[in-house]
Amino acid sequence: MRGNLAKTLDLSETQVFRRAPLPKSYTDFMGRKAFLFLMTVQGLGAFALITLGVILRKFGVAPNVIRPRIRQEIGRAGMSLLPMFLLIALALGFVVVGQTIAALAKVGQITFLGSAMVVVIVRELGPLIAAMLVLARVGTANVIELGTARALGEVESLEALGIDPVHYMIVPRVIGMSLGIFSLTVYLILGALVSGYFFAFLQNVPLTPGDYIGEIMAALSPMDFALLALKTMTFGFFIAIVTCYHGLAQPLRLEEISRVSVRAVSQGVIACVMIDAIFIVFYLFS
Amino acid sequence: MAETFPALEMSNATVVSLRDPTKDILEGVNWTVAPGEFWVVGGQQFSGKTDLLTLAAGLVGPTVGSCHVFGQDTRLLGEEQLAWRLRIGFLFDGGQLFNRQTILENVTLPIRYHKNLALTEAAPVVSALLELMGLSPFADLTPPNVGAGWRHRTAMARALTLQPEFLLLDNPLSGLGPRHRQWMLQFLDQLWRGHKLCGGRPMTLVVTTDDLRPWRDASGNSGRKYAVLHDKTFYPLGSWVEVEKADHPTVKDLTVGDLLAELEENQK
Repeated sequence: MRGNLAKTLDLSETQVFRRAPLPKSYTDFMGRKAFLFLMTVQGLGAFALITLGVILRKFGVAPNVIRPRIRQEIGRAGMSLLPMFLLIALALGFVVVGQTIAALAKVGQITFLGSAMVVVIVRELGPLIAAMLVLARVGTANVIELGTARALGEVESLEALGIDPVHYMIVPRVIGMSLGIFSLTVYLILGALVSGYFFAFLQNVPLTPGDYIGEIMAALSPMDFALLALKTMTFGFFIAIVTCYHGLAQPLRLEEISRVSVRAVSQGVIACVMIDAIFIVFYLFS
Repeated sequence: MAETFPALEMSNATVVSLRDPTKDILEGVNWTVAPGEFWVVGGQQFSGKTDLLTLAAGLVGPTVGSCHVFGQDTRLLGEEQLAWRLRIGFLFDGGQLFNRQTILENVTLPIRYHKNLALTEAAPVVSALLELMGLSPFADLTPPNVGAGWRHRTAMARALTLQPEFLLLDNPLSGLGPRHRQWMLQFLDQLWRGHKLCGGRPMTLVVTTDDLRPWRDASGNSGRKYAVLHDKTFYPLGSWVEVEKADHPTVKDLTVGDLLAELEENQK
């Protein structure tokens, strides 16, 4: 019946399945949602593995073409967002760091400053905010550009020219976004810590810069640096995979691009939160 | 060394629709294109012209039967067979250029990727090609900023950059004005007979069209061969003499067309 309905409405069976009216039974509804979730995870997982395979297999292929594209993507996912991140870093510093310093100073627990900053800014807020902002700015652009390219036949053009579309279109975005988010996170964290101290200074908190830096450095371990790099690059990898998957992996018509962009962003947010939760386990056992 | 395999050989091939891979658009296609031949395949919209060419190019495989290009099964045209893939050039209907890149970047992309050249190194290599196509003044413009005729020429230049032996063209005259159309017809004829661009080597051509009239072979002995697609079937007809003799509704439609519209156009 679903097949006949699909033919009548000129939709795929999956689209009919997604858009079918809510079943009377709530368990059927939950089951359908769970099944759709597993299908999405399967598709994204396969796409991620294909991309990783291409990155490894074609590492030295056409560097004169691919490397400029990677630099371009790093610029797009990194350099061009610096002004916005400066503003966010200032705001984060004032809103979170400064108030935390002032509150701890009031209750005489300034010794916990370092741990608080590392947990809140370095491990959690810094990477997550950077990932969300890049997802919103660059991720949506990925979906729109790749979806448009797919709809206009550029993917078939690449295949006809003997060029792997994943290698040419996806790999630069994945690498560029991973490196871009890592760099922006470091920039955001440093900016937030500096502006936070400035806010505390304005409130006459009795804390010298040396003590401030000392507290933070004492709370940091080598594992924090390693996990920060790994976490942010994982964010970048999965944001690129999710957005590129929705833009490129499925045949798209031009009128579907806006709807797909919204879905890609929401799935990107979910992916980042789940990765964040997984990394908490690493921190607990480190 | 002379080519011993046909340029294209389809044996009882079933062609699926690109829009809907579950739908067969052509069935039982038996077709052999010898090296150096020029085939014009006519068909109305949605008759399977583009799908037939994408099968011939190895971009999709036949669901039934087989398709070989220069003796190589197109289902096996993976990355290891890149050399075979590069013997085939493809010109899509509308060109399907990369709109965010300049015309120079579009044309040089195949040679930059496969020979690992920077843009500054590749530009001199294709300068003669751009000059021949009349594209040199537009090299720094992007495709949306030039007319349809120049976009077609850009796509042609891109397809010829690696000097393929077998060129597939999907409706190359669509949307072209009389000047660009005349240019394209003459250029394809030169490619077929052996252009200096390709070292004087004759090229094998397959063209699809929804209007056979511009491809009319008035003399009847140019050597071009014709075929039509109708009702999921591939009908090879032979020379233009056979086309005119054919008592087939699709042939009549593709050769006669809308006389009223043609008369109105001529009066403008």
